[in-house]
Amino acid sequence: MIDVVMPQMGESIVEGTLTKWLKKAGETVVRDEPLFEISTDKVDTEIPSPAAGVLAEVLIEEGKTVGINTIVARINDGAKADGASAPVAAPVATQAEPPAPPAPTPTAAAPTPEPVATVVEETAGPLSPLVRKMARENNIDLSLIKGTGAGNRITKQDLETYLASKNAPPAPVVQAAPPPPPPPPPPVQQAVATIPQTVEVPSPPRVGEAPGTRVEPMSVMRQKIAEHMVFSKHTAAHVTTVHKVDFTKVAKARDKAKGNVQAQYGFSLTFLPFVLKATCVALRQFPILNASIEGTNIIYHRDINLGIAVALENGLIVPVIRNADEKSVIGLQRSVADLAARARSRHLRPDEVQGGTFSITNFGSFGSVFATPVINQPQVAILGVGTVEKQPVVIDDAIAIRSIAYLALTFDHRLIDGALADQFTGKIKSILEGWAEEVS
Amino acid sequence: MIATERACQICDLGRMRYADALERQNQSVELRKSGAISDQLLIVEHPHVVTMGRNGHHENLLARPELLARSGIEFFETDRGGDVTYHGPGQIVGYPILDLREWKRDVHAYVRAIEQVIIDALAGFGIESWREAGATGVWTSEGKIAAIGVHISRWVTSHGFALNVDTDLNYFRYIVPCGLTRPVASMRSLGCQAERGEVVAALIQNFGRVFERQMETL
Repeated sequence: MIDVVMPQMGESIVEGTLTKWLKKAGETVVRDEPLFEISTDKVDTEIPSPAAGVLAEVLIEEGKTVGINTIVARINDGAKADGASAPVAAPVATQAEPPAPPAPTPTAAAPTPEPVATVVEETAGPLSPLVRKMARENNIDLSLIKGTGAGNRITKQDLETYLASKNAPPAPVVQAAPPPPPPPPPPVQQAVATIPQTVEVPSPPRVGEAPGTRVEPMSVMRQKIAEHMVFSKHTAAHVTTVHKVDFTKVAKARDKAKGNVQAQYGFSLTFLPFVLKATCVALRQFPILNASIEGTNIIYHRDINLGIAVALENGLIVPVIRNADEKSVIGLQRSVADLAARARSRHLRPDEVQGGTFSITNFGSFGSVFATPVINQPQVAILGVGTVEKQPVVIDDAIAIRSIAYLALTFDHRLIDGALADQFTGKIKSILEGWAEEVS
Repeated sequence: MIATERACQICDLGRMRYADALERQNQSVELRKSGAISDQLLIVEHPHVVTMGRNGHHENLLARPELLARSGIEFFETDRGGDVTYHGPGQIVGYPILDLREWKRDVHAYVRAIEQVIIDALAGFGIESWREAGATGVWTSEGKIAAIGVHISRWVTSHGFALNVDTDLNYFRYIVPCGLTRPVASMRSLGCQAERGEVVAALIQNFGRVFERQMETL
C-alpha cells in the first residue's frame, strides 16, 4: 500500500483544498496519471499519481481543506503488505520535507473503501522499472495481466504476450513500443507516385477503428504544408551540411546592444538577425545559393529576399524579408518581429509570403541543436540555426567557455555541390566568428 | 538562448476566440511538458466571453447562459483556478506557459510575481496599484483592474491574467467578478489614455525582468 499525501506547492503553503478526484476508489491508476486536483489561492493544480496500482481508499472528500502531508488516499500497488507503509508524496512535491510518519488523521472514519479488485494482489508482484515503463507507454492496465515470473510477478514477456494478443493481426512487439500511434503517415513512395500534376495528400491507409482513435480532417493550411513538403522532397536532391559556429563575439555585440534596442525600439535583440546579415553577405559572394532551377536553366535572382520560417498554431508559414541585404541588424530584427507577429495574428499580406529566394529556419528557438530542414521550393537551399549554448571548447590547447551553435545548410545537390555548400556555410561562419562591428 | 538567462517566447495571438486560444494553450502546455519548447507568454484579446473556473459558483453568474448568448457573449467552463470572470475587447489577456520547476516551484510565489508584473507595468503609466490580502489580483483606487486565474499540471502553468486597458466595464454587470462584490476598473477609467500596444510592451518587459527571462519574439 502506498500513501498519497497532500503535496506542498510552495514554501508558504501549508494547506490545500482538494477540489476534485479524477479517479474513483477501485479504479486502476497508472503512475504519473492525474489523480486529483487541488486548489490554493486561484491556482488549480493536477496532482499525478505517485505509483501504479488500484486506488484503494479515498480518505479526503472533495471540497475539504487539509494540511500538507495529510494522507488523502491509498494506492494498492500490489507490494507485499509488511505493515510498514511508506508515505509517498505525490511527485510534484519535491521540495517538501520528508513527510512525517503517517499521523492518524481525524478523517480516519473515512468512507468504507470499495471492495478492491484483489486480482492485482494475486498477480502483480513488485514490478521492474522496465515493466512499469512499458505499461505506462502502452497504457496497459496491469490488473488485466497474469504474471508468469517468480511469485506471479509480471515480466516483460507477459506484457509482450498481452500486447501481441491485443493487436489483431498480431503485430511484432518492439521493446518499449511507442504509445498507440495516430494513423501512420502514408509511405512516401505512395505519395510520390501521386505527385506529377496535382499534388494530393493521399488519405492514410485504413488502420481499422481501433478504440481511442479520432478522425479529424486536416486544415487547409496543413494540406498545403503536406503538399509542399512532399513536393520538395520529390523535386530536390536534399543534402545537409552542418558547421559549428562560435557565436561568442556576436553574443558580446548583442549583449552590449540589447538593452538599448529594447529601450529605444521596444523589441528584444536575438541572435537571428546576425545570422541573416551574415547570410546576405555570403549569398552575394555565392549567388548560386540565391537561385532557382527552371527545366535545365539556372535562374540567378538579383534581389535577396529571405524567407523566415514562423511556427504557427498547427502550422508553419514563411514570410519574406525583401531586399534583406539592404537592412541593418536592427532593421532585420524589426522585420523578423513584425512578420512573426503578423504571421501569428494572420495579418500577413499575400505578397509578404511570396518571392523568397533563400530561407532560414530558427529551430534553435525551440531548443534544437541541429536539424535537417526541407528546402522551400523553388529555392535551392535553406539554412537552419540551432540553439546558441555555452560550451567548453579547446582553443590553443586551453579549455575556454564559448557560445556555440550549429548551422545546418540543406542544399539541392542537383545544382550545388558539397564543396561549394561548405564554402558558403564557411563564409557565414567566418563572418559570425569575426563579428567586430557595433550593432546598428 | 544564452545559458545565463532562460528564454521566453512571446506569441501575440491578436484577437482570438476563447475556445481557439484554449486549444492553443493546451498545445503549448503539452509541448512545454515534453520540453519541446521554452517558456511562452501568449498574449491575446478575446471577443466577449464569460468563463467559469473549476471552483466557480453559478450564483456569481448574474445572467443565464441563454441571456449571455443573446447579448453576443460566449460562456465557457474551464479548468483554471478562480471563480467567474469576463473577457472582452480592450483587455490584455496573458497566458504564461511556464515550467515552474525552472522557477521556484512555488505556486503562490508565481501568482505574486504575476501581480508584480502588472503592478510595475501600471506604474510606468502613472497608475498606482497594489495587492489585497486574500483577494488575488491587482487593485486600484477605483477597484480591481486585473484578474488572475491559473491552472498547473506537472508544474507547467496555463491560463493567467487579464488586465483591463479600455474595456467596456458595463459587461462586468453580467457577473460578480471572482465572487467579489466590488467595482472593476480599467486604465481608461483611471484616466490613462495608453494604447494597447504600449501596455503589451510594458507587460512583456516587466515579465522578463520579474521572471528573469529573455523575452523573444521569434
